Amino acid sequence: MKHTVTGTALVFFAALALLFLPDHGHASEKGFTFGLLMVGPANDHGWSQAHFEAGKAIEERIPGTRMIYIDKVNPADRPGVTVPFLVDDLISKGAKLIIGNSDDMTDGIMEAAMLHPEVKFVHISGDSALDPDSPENLANLMGRMEYGQMMAGFAAAMSSKTGKIGYLGPLINDETKRLAASCYLGARYAWTRILKKDPAALTFKVSWIGFWFNIPGVTSDPTQVAKNFFDSGFDVVISGIDTTEALIVADQKKKEGADVAAIPYDFQGACKTAPDACLGVPYFNWIPGYTYYIKAAVSNKWKKEWIWLGPDWSSMDDTDTSSINFLNGAALSGDASDALSSFVKGLGDKSIVLFQGPLNFQDHSVFLKTGETATDQQIWNLPQLLEGMEGTSR
Amino acid sequence: MKQLSADIVLGILLVLTFTSLVLLAAGAPVFAAFQNIWLGSFGSSMKIGQVLNVCIPLIICSCGLLFTFRANLWNIGIEGQIIMGAIGGMAVLRMDSISNPTLLLPLAFIAAMVTGGLWGLLAGLLKTRGGVHEIFGGLGLNFVSQGFILWLIFGPWKRPGIASMSGTELLKHKLWLSTLPGWRIAIAGLVIAGIVFLLTWLLLEKSRLGLKLKAIGQNPRAALLYDISPEGYYLLSIALAGACAGMAGFLQITAVYHRLIPNISSGYGYLGLLLVMLAGYRIGPLPLLALFFAGLNVGAIQLPIVLQLDSALSGVIQGCCVLSALFILGLEKKRRQK
Repeated sequence: MKHTVTGTALVFFAALALLFLPDHGHASEKGFTFGLLMVGPANDHGWSQAHFEAGKAIEERIPGTRMIYIDKVNPADRPGVTVPFLVDDLISKGAKLIIGNSDDMTDGIMEAAMLHPEVKFVHISGDSALDPDSPENLANLMGRMEYGQMMAGFAAAMSSKTGKIGYLGPLINDETKRLAASCYLGARYAWTRILKKDPAALTFKVSWIGFWFNIPGVTSDPTQVAKNFFDSGFDVVISGIDTTEALIVADQKKKEGADVAAIPYDFQGACKTAPDACLGVPYFNWIPGYTYYIKAAVSNKWKKEWIWLGPDWSSMDDTDTSSINFLNGAALSGDASDALSSFVKGLGDKSIVLFQGPLNFQDHSVFLKTGETATDQQIWNLPQLLEGMEGTSR
Repeated sequence: MKQLSADIVLGILLVLTFTSLVLLAAGAPVFAAFQNIWLGSFGSSMKIGQVLNVCIPLIICSCGLLFTFRANLWNIGIEGQIIMGAIGGMAVLRMDSISNPTLLLPLAFIAAMVTGGLWGLLAGLLKTRGGVHEIFGGLGLNFVSQGFILWLIFGPWKRPGIASMSGTELLKHKLWLSTLPGWRIAIAGLVIAGIVFLLTWLLLEKSRLGLKLKAIGQNPRAALLYDISPEGYYLLSIALAGACAGMAGFLQITAVYHRLIPNISSGYGYLGLLLVMLAGYRIGPLPLLALFFAGLNVGAIQLPIVLQLDSALSGVIQGCCVLSALFILGLEKKRRQK
């Protein structure tokens, strides 16, 4: 018995070894190969898919480029596998630039960048390049989703009958706090300035699940959190997580007769999951940012930068130039849609500035004095939620 | 001998057939998929290093489980014991009062063993004193430890300003276990796994402890006649398993992740249970089996990179391998009964 098992294992290995003698010709010599590490599945209808599709578009638009990728790069899906190991793998296959698409990869990308100074790295959503001591081959890219979330908040408030808007938040960090706050500011603007309603009658509640998507047993279940929102009188839920649970729950509730809706997040095609319950979706278009860095790497004009790309206000749906867009959903009424268009126009020509005082933090301390406008740094590093928002900041 | 060869050939054929069918059903090129899994796990020194990093905690956990299986205990709580070991180790590594890594790392190692061992002991006491079956006790304690680690990561040990699944702050670089030059495998991990393996073999095969555990495992009532107290040995075996799990937890934080993450056990406890069963509860085949499963885990990453396949297929392939092995073992058992 003992011999059987050992023998089986030995022969199995020997057979495999003979069958598959290693070859060493993996790395692509022609063109420019870039690697993409995605935190979630490449088909998540959210954050990771937006990156994946941008990578595919780059292959078509910049001749000679080729993408290799690994998805589900997180410890729950790939136990025992770390970012530096995956980076080694991509580099051995010829990658000359590597994009890490999650805040979660901050440490791993930094370590990999230090280990491979000849390879360029783009860390999405981080700001390590602002640190003068960080590696020269590591840059950052992010989209100004604050505008997208202001539009989401605006559409939510325009559509809410109860004045109760829920925000399905991921984990608590500076990025998620500023995005939730942007939503709130958009909603408050619609509620008070367009609908002329009492600000006290607007409830904006944030519930954090603990990560960017559901990990059973580890995060709160976003489906349950969304249900709780709808069951307690909230009629619009804005999703801040990478997957579409809020929209799916809204669709179920709508089919049961409830007058509710949801706004998914960060992927152009997210509304397709349940169009009837979808007010619209703010989404990233990573093509301009990817193009910028890949062209810089190809032409040896690379420099360490932190870039934060916004909408192209003249043409938000131009995929060559606009990094942020808001796609109206089928559930958004005509009036709300018209009001949203004016709102977007105002944001674009700066006649509407939402991060402008008087604004207080959740703990009632002053964020911006009357007339004061927040700097990029103040918004990027927003320390807590704003006064008027429910939910924890820490 | 003839029978053995036939079993081996049958086993390989079964594994290849099952997995090929699964790959075909998924629309994948079968040969290329196998080749990529192989190259992705053993095709270069870097890959082998990666496989060994998975292998080390797996072997240590499996060795610990041999003690409990020998006493006929199902130590399902091993997952929680890894987690508690990692927490115990981390608690020491976070101490600001000691800054010398040569002092801190051994202390953390001992703390990890002790916390893992005590957590195991708790499951043992639940069984011996409370009459709770070790499977239920272990499962319950796994939930408690998972809750505890999440609370720590999202609460007192969270990164400044961030409470996230991604875990606590990175350990200071000086607290990372040193690695073989050009290899990224912690030397200490290899040494620990080697020592644990040898000690387990000595204790189980060459010492009275092994014999007594076997006696208790096969017939606890009869063991009493020889003045062997099952209760004491139950506790000893499960504490030993917990201590091994604790070591694995320590290596996960100091050699692999360099921080505490919610999934710090990486499921190695459950995989270890499977390995020990496939090994027929013997120590000999463990390293090869661990290498095989670690290779499959690591190599499967090539499926999405090279073939654009869902890497979840590796889980299906792993399942096919297990089923085939169990089938062969079942056949052999049946033959023996005849």
